[in-house]
Amino acid sequence: MTPVVRLEAVSKRYAGRVTAVDGISLSIGPGELVAVTGPSGSGKSTLLHLLGTLDRPSAGSVHVAGHDVSRLSDRRLSDVRAATIGFVFQQFHLAAGVPAVDAVADGLLYRRVRHAERRRRAVAALTRVGLAQRLDHRPHELSGGEQQRVAIARAVVGEPAVILADEPTGNLDTASGAAVLDLLHDLHAGGTTVVVVTHDHQIAGNLPRRLELRDGRLVNDSIVDKR
Amino acid sequence: MRLYPADTIRVGAAGLRTRPLRVVLSALGIAIGIAAMVSVVGISTSSRADLDRILARLGTNLLTVAPGVPIFSAEPARLPTEAVTMIARIGPVTSVTAVGDIPEARVYRNDHVPSGQTGAIAVLAARLDLLGPVGARMADGVWLNEATAQYPAVVLGAAAADRLGVAESGIRVQVWLGGEWFTVIGILDPVPLVPELDSAALVGWPAAQRYLDFDGHPTTVYCRADEDQIDQVRSVLAATANPEAPLEVDVSRPSDALTAKRATDRTFTALLLGLGAVALVVGGVGVANTMVISVLERRAEIGLRRTLGATRGQIRSQFLVESLLLSALGGAGGVLLGIAVTATYATTQGWPTVVPAPAMAAGLAATLVIGSVAGLYPAVRAARLSPAEALTAP
Repeated sequence: MTPVVRLEAVSKRYAGRVTAVDGISLSIGPGELVAVTGPSGSGKSTLLHLLGTLDRPSAGSVHVAGHDVSRLSDRRLSDVRAATIGFVFQQFHLAAGVPAVDAVADGLLYRRVRHAERRRRAVAALTRVGLAQRLDHRPHELSGGEQQRVAIARAVVGEPAVILADEPTGNLDTASGAAVLDLLHDLHAGGTTVVVVTHDHQIAGNLPRRLELRDGRLVNDSIVDKR
Repeated sequence: MRLYPADTIRVGAAGLRTRPLRVVLSALGIAIGIAAMVSVVGISTSSRADLDRILARLGTNLLTVAPGVPIFSAEPARLPTEAVTMIARIGPVTSVTAVGDIPEARVYRNDHVPSGQTGAIAVLAARLDLLGPVGARMADGVWLNEATAQYPAVVLGAAAADRLGVAESGIRVQVWLGGEWFTVIGILDPVPLVPELDSAALVGWPAAQRYLDFDGHPTTVYCRADEDQIDQVRSVLAATANPEAPLEVDVSRPSDALTAKRATDRTFTALLLGLGAVALVVGGVGVANTMVISVLERRAEIGLRRTLGATRGQIRSQFLVESLLLSALGGAGGVLLGIAVTATYATTQGWPTVVPAPAMAAGLAATLVIGSVAGLYPAVRAARLSPAEALTAP
């Protein structure tokens, strides 16, 4: 089976000689649910940016859905991002004053889908995350958990092959965080590949596969089957 | 993947919708500049339209013939008494008339007014056909006729009546003119093409000769000719009016004087256009400023859009469209404001309101140029951010 994402000896160095990711090779297959853990500054977010083609590696190669990222132009890379990757962040990144349905519809903006169709699918995605009653609510009218569910709806509205979530529960209370994790589990159950970056060991422990980082290196890649 | 054009505009507009106050303030800068330019052009065009309207009503084919400077004699130059008849024989001349100045005659309200306090009113002998060629109308009373031209009857110009304190004409209204009581039988409306008639007291040709020692020589001949042949008529007019001394004749065209008077407004127009251009530049800087700040504080949004699959080009066009919309908003507001200013000013002046379409088009075109120039740098800057950088921005 072709992996959704494959990294080969990938390093990322920033100016000032900080090596955030140091020679990591890994591959994530379709339908996997993966946790990336490690202490602060271990390179988790940088790894996620590399997986998500938001950054290009200093060395090594990144393949996403069969494409070699380093060979793609900005335009082609953007198309890959639009078609195959959905992002969820700790900050929800919802623009003030924009109703939920429009925020979610923006998830399809760069995929050449007509406005009316975007809204129709946005309503479906919001219904899927349990916010059918909140379509016209603006961010300030929603709780933190609801806002994160809107952000998840935006990430999944285009039905991407892989969801990359960076500390998705970091700004949420326990109950809201649990609801968001349930949602990610549901998406996984529906066949989507999900990668969750978290420093919460409890969350990581509940996921089938764990990647543990330390100082930019992959120190542990274990498949934990709790069933 | 390319965006649909409607989506490009939608995304640009969304950036403005969420910041209404800032949008209004920065569009205002552009609006003031455009309004200044549009109203300057509009006001001068309206003024010209008013002049054209006056000229269309009065005609531009009026020529005046007057004695000039004598060349060979010490005597003042005079037009021959037959000048009117001779000019009438020129083919394209359609009508001709004349007045004769009577310099010794003075007009007073009554015989108690000290001599010398004439109010600068000239006494002119007028031919009965004067009104038509000069485009004069009666404000009150009647014009001279064959009968009244024989007797001490006078028609006053508008300013002359005002200075004498004569509000209306009538059989009992008399003025003291050249040592005789003259009855005011009529008052003229102002005559724009021949303003010297406004401050004149007009008496009949025979009455002037009988009561005021008028020598019978016309001092100004007014003639109208075919519009197409006005230049040819003009070239032969002097020789026709005074064949013995054609060089001692002045020929002029009163509508030229009116046009020249309005032309002096143009320096003022240039000054105001300069001010408008400065206002436009200031407005453009305002738009650029708004866009630069907008890019700075919306780095996270830019990052998010990149994760959703926006290309650099799409980010660039989003910000470019946003600044274009911002300036277009200012431009449209400015054009409307300019029209309102022009309409208000023209109405108070009694002019027709005319705002030329090219001026409005140029105003809008200027805003689009300003918008793209002002938006280009911020847009390029926004697109240059790498997605990861943009996302992790504070």
